Amino acid sequence: MNDSLRTSNLLTVNDLSPEEMEGIFRTADSFLDLSSRTVKKVPSLRGKTLVNLFYEPSTRTRTSFEIAAKRLSADVINISTSQSSVVKGESLLDTVLTIEALGADGVVIRHPSSGVPEWISKRVQCHVINAGDGLHEHPTQALLDLYTIQKRKGRLRGLTVAIVGDILHSRVARSNIMAMTRMGISVRLVGPPTLIPKYLGDWKVEVFHDLREGVRDCDVVMTLRLQLERATASFIPSLKEYAKLYGISPGVLTEARPDVLVLHPGPINRGIEIQDEESFRGHSGILDQVHFGVGIRMAVLYLLMAGGSKGE
Amino acid sequence: MSDLSHGHSFFLKDVRLVDPAHGLDERGNLHVEQGRIVSHGSILPPKTGQIPVFDGEGCIVTPGLVDVHAHFREPGFEYKETIETGSRSAVAGGFTSVCVMANTDPVNDHPGVTLDIIRKSQDIGLCRVFPIGAVSIGLKGETLTEMGALTQAGCVGFSDDGYPVKTSRLLRRALEYSAIFKRPIIDHCEDRDLSDGGVMNEGWVATELGLRGIPNASEEVIVARDLEVLKMTNGRLHVAHLSTAGGVRLVREAKKRHLNVTAETCPHYFALTDEAVRCHHADAKMNPPLRSEEDRLAIIEGLRDGTIDMIATDHAPHAPFEKEREFDQAPFGIIGLETALSLGLMLVQEGTLDMGTLLYLMSVRPAKVFGLPRGEICPGGLADLVVFEPDDVIEAGVPEFFSRSRNSPFRGKKLPGQVRMTFVGGRKVFDRREGKS
Repeated sequence: MNDSLRTSNLLTVNDLSPEEMEGIFRTADSFLDLSSRTVKKVPSLRGKTLVNLFYEPSTRTRTSFEIAAKRLSADVINISTSQSSVVKGESLLDTVLTIEALGADGVVIRHPSSGVPEWISKRVQCHVINAGDGLHEHPTQALLDLYTIQKRKGRLRGLTVAIVGDILHSRVARSNIMAMTRMGISVRLVGPPTLIPKYLGDWKVEVFHDLREGVRDCDVVMTLRLQLERATASFIPSLKEYAKLYGISPGVLTEARPDVLVLHPGPINRGIEIQDEESFRGHSGILDQVHFGVGIRMAVLYLLMAGGSKGE
Repeated sequence: MSDLSHGHSFFLKDVRLVDPAHGLDERGNLHVEQGRIVSHGSILPPKTGQIPVFDGEGCIVTPGLVDVHAHFREPGFEYKETIETGSRSAVAGGFTSVCVMANTDPVNDHPGVTLDIIRKSQDIGLCRVFPIGAVSIGLKGETLTEMGALTQAGCVGFSDDGYPVKTSRLLRRALEYSAIFKRPIIDHCEDRDLSDGGVMNEGWVATELGLRGIPNASEEVIVARDLEVLKMTNGRLHVAHLSTAGGVRLVREAKKRHLNVTAETCPHYFALTDEAVRCHHADAKMNPPLRSEEDRLAIIEGLRDGTIDMIATDHAPHAPFEKEREFDQAPFGIIGLETALSLGLMLVQEGTLDMGTLLYLMSVRPAKVFGLPRGEICPGGLADLVVFEPDDVIEAGVPEFFSRSRNSPFRGKKLPGQVRMTFVGGRKVFDRREGKS
């Protein structure tokens, strides 16, 4: 395959050109064929060590990276902060330098502070993959979202996507806004003014505060997880009112295109951002997102790490 | 300790003498005896006596710079800076008088702390150090400090800097009470509730970087509060580190209403915008934060029209291990004593300010507002002087700063202007050729 990446780290979707994203999708296609076989492994990353360094709780992203790396035959170590020397007060940089000194070829990092993966990448030689940093970015999530849309819709260019909910605090939204606009998708942001950034700068997006208006004639509705503590910080008056104004229900979806696809990065607060999912299950791409996520992460790990070590 | 062998006398030849307070800008020589200027102009070295003769090599000599806002971190945070390293940084940057903020540990809310700072700085004998006392005990915003005792011990103003004066009521009392001693209340204007854990300017850069923003209104709301409270007292308000266009507008209007208010800004607010956060990480993190281009231009306009009275550094040293970490976890603040003059000279080079105005903003005006001693180039004038070459180019902080810390977004940058020598009371306290001592 000649879909190599110019970057040796994946820190932001801005690291990737449209052609490189398409290359990642093609690579994911070939890896996903594997998962239908009885022996799901390939030896591409045999002998490489990948460390999953998670400073925030995560089930799907960490597991997805772990499965992806294991299918590529990499050795995977999972470190979560509750069981590491972080609780003994070790600094982030010391932890990462230690992991590198132990011989890791790549570090997948999730951290509550925005900018950490980029900052770390300037201080280590190994590959750094951003698995979500603060409010900043979650590039593999955006890639798997785009890939899911491509698989379900057969194309990306020309589609209209409504991203609904807490845009302000969402790294998933940030990565998707940038990746989608880059791939020729029209992006709408839908939510209360308190949860949409005031300064949208270069983003070519339309903002809606009315949900029905926002999803009207959309091809895809992507709803975001609402952190339950937003109500206590006065971003919204109550979860009940939020659910009423911004919850995705079968009624709301009648405004969208008949073949609308509904996405959610998970984990879902049922009854809040998504209501009566059973009744529009045929439109849901949520489990596809999880399934395709493994293929996307295999592709990313393979394209970053299979070619030898960074700088070679 | 001070070198008394020459009796603080010297002859400085071949300099450009600039003193904006006297409308002076001419070539000539300068003669200092016993820490005071005897004569200047086309004069010859005295024939009698054995005083040193320094060659100014055509540089500017001007009254030493005065900084009304620095953090020397001693007592309590000596790993960031000490009175000694802060003083070395000051004289290397051309400053001869520096006011130091009260947020030490223990807080300078007691005359014992004030006296200790003054005694240490005198023992070190580099720049003059003037403590700022806390407004409230422990900076907690509850109980007023004993401003009488603190003034007597040597405090030249009062501030809870790092925090705003917490409540309108406390501010009112502080302004009323400090009026007895004719000392200003210096306020760090920030509505911390509105800042809501923000770590940089609220704007497009913060949106893109996913960092929590501090809106301009955070500053403006408290500037407006302070001015309205000031109006009903006989006190004096000094607004620290103005960073927003709205803050400048409020102070400008207040001055038109003849309120007893003065204001400072810092070099980074006219030299940089929030774009700097992208490449300088936590070395571009301070509070108030770097703002937008519109704000930057408004700050410059404020300096030009006299709304902003002075340039202060807000020199805020932090150790590398504190700054080299997660952006949102790193402390606010950058060092500034060794780059302030250079950044001011950039405005002169651009033609935004003339040299006299810059030196007025960095020396004459701050000394006057805070009642501090300052150099004057006139017979009998105090020989607190700086000799600098505006056309030199320096690489800031290379190989290292004199400060104990290095948290500056200007580190490694080529900047105009180099301080060659600094004199305090006629005594040479810094000479670039002697390097780091």
